[in-house]
Amino acid sequence: MKEKIRIASGQGFWGDLIDAPVWQVTEGDVDYLVMDYLAEVTMSILQKQKNKNPDFGYARDIPQLMERILPTIKEKGIKVITNGGGVNPVACANAVFDVAKKLNISGLKIAVVLGDDIKDRIDEILESGVELNNMETGESIRPYKDKLLSANVYFGAMPIVEALQKGADIVITGRTTDTGLTLAPMIYEFGWDNKNYDLMSAGTIAGHILECGAQSTGGNFLGDWQSVPNFAKIGFPIAEAFPNGDVIITKHESLGGMVTFETVAEQLLYEIGDPKEYITPDCVADFSSIKLEDLGNNRVKVYDVKGFPETEFYKVSASYESGYSAVGNLTYTWPGALTKAKAADKILRERLKNLGLEFDEILTEFVGYDSCHRNLAVHLDEDLINEVVLKIAVRGKDKAAVARFGKEIAPLILTGPPSVTGFAGGRPRPSEVVAYWPALIPKTLVEPEVKLMEI
Amino acid sequence: MKKIRLIDIAHGRSGDKGDAANVGVLAYDDKGYEIIKKELTVERVKKHFEGICLGEVERYELPNLRALNFILHNTLGGGGTVSLKHDAQGKTLAAAMLRMELEIEE
Repeated sequence: MKEKIRIASGQGFWGDLIDAPVWQVTEGDVDYLVMDYLAEVTMSILQKQKNKNPDFGYARDIPQLMERILPTIKEKGIKVITNGGGVNPVACANAVFDVAKKLNISGLKIAVVLGDDIKDRIDEILESGVELNNMETGESIRPYKDKLLSANVYFGAMPIVEALQKGADIVITGRTTDTGLTLAPMIYEFGWDNKNYDLMSAGTIAGHILECGAQSTGGNFLGDWQSVPNFAKIGFPIAEAFPNGDVIITKHESLGGMVTFETVAEQLLYEIGDPKEYITPDCVADFSSIKLEDLGNNRVKVYDVKGFPETEFYKVSASYESGYSAVGNLTYTWPGALTKAKAADKILRERLKNLGLEFDEILTEFVGYDSCHRNLAVHLDEDLINEVVLKIAVRGKDKAAVARFGKEIAPLILTGPPSVTGFAGGRPRPSEVVAYWPALIPKTLVEPEVKLMEI
Repeated sequence: MKKIRLIDIAHGRSGDKGDAANVGVLAYDDKGYEIIKKELTVERVKKHFEGICLGEVERYELPNLRALNFILHNTLGGGGTVSLKHDAQGKTLAAAMLRMELEIEE
């Protein structure tokens, strides 16, 4: 058994710093590179791409990245784990194989994890007596089931562990928890019993610290952010894991950013609910048990983590079409910037009303004035306001109405209050609104499938 | 008694959980944690976010991190891609929390 393994975070979301995973494998030693690409609505976007082309439906950044790092990870023996397979992990694996062939790399083993996609099984699941009610509203899925764009189960670490046991160099999954990507190599390397819930929780919490990339190494840090060195080349986090469940969070020395008690603790608080019940498919982790110790020199030890048995359910993330939205922006300046923006808003609303257009929601915000903090913002005297961005957004079922709204923004420049600018890029177009449907499904109804592919 | 702002003794992080926002507040030291534990009651936080948080507020303690975690329900205009709000994910609400003024013993 290895004394320790080093797991590097390469992406916090699809759209994150493209060079980060390259730096992670070139600027120092790591054993694993883990990359999270899937936000809640990403699957619906990928599903649409797959509907248009059966070879799409995965994060197409992955083959491009592989072209840059495949020789290095092959040479150094670094394994890659990612959920960027989206709704088409096999196509993603084939695209990586194409890259390998181009680079004359052979003997590459890629495992894919399948079985998370339950979109075509909804009727069968409903018939078995499982209602897939919305976890937040309690609503039944039945009225929505024909509008579903995607429906996926969140798998945990165990299918990835199986993939690693089969000898995979690269593991590409569909919907998998971000934390499972980091926990899996610990279970595999240290032979952890997956019923040892303290160890499962230790790895899960390391995963939570890694899953948002640089958010634990100084990115988006609300403490003394100005003391964070070299944001331009910020180092993403690395979890140094030990067989007893201790984890040290660190980063490559040559890169920027910083790892301190505060930067790690802040990420631990990110998007959590009840800290005693952080539920994953692998365990229920207790965030109130975590001990953090700043060892100095960009090293923070995470230890003494306690956990509890996993639940009998997987979480389901489904999405469905829910109308259209569009956003228009115009910038008004001194004198009387806010008064002008408010007047323009009133004129626009009157025109929409005269046109007989109906929307589910119209929202007006004054960006630069109080759009984020509302009543908590300091409301400046009008004469002190240099400029205000009027932001008007609409949402509705009628695409034509949303499109017509988009045509009413630019006319305000010549037919409304003065000293207005900032209208560029054409008319706001309707974009599809994808709503999110969280539900639970008994684990017995879904079976992950691990398939090893090789060239 | 003296007046301070929460930002003088704490930092934080916020994000989205559906239509709810989570706002984590982390004190810089043990004394700061005692202050936030006492002052940042559910009622106080609900009042602070009046007009932003339209639902219930839940509060959790993490003494190990000198932190409190708040869940602000019905806050993000529907959440996710449904929300029309400029800050649809509640990313700036931790900063909004740190605006709070506190009266503490000198």
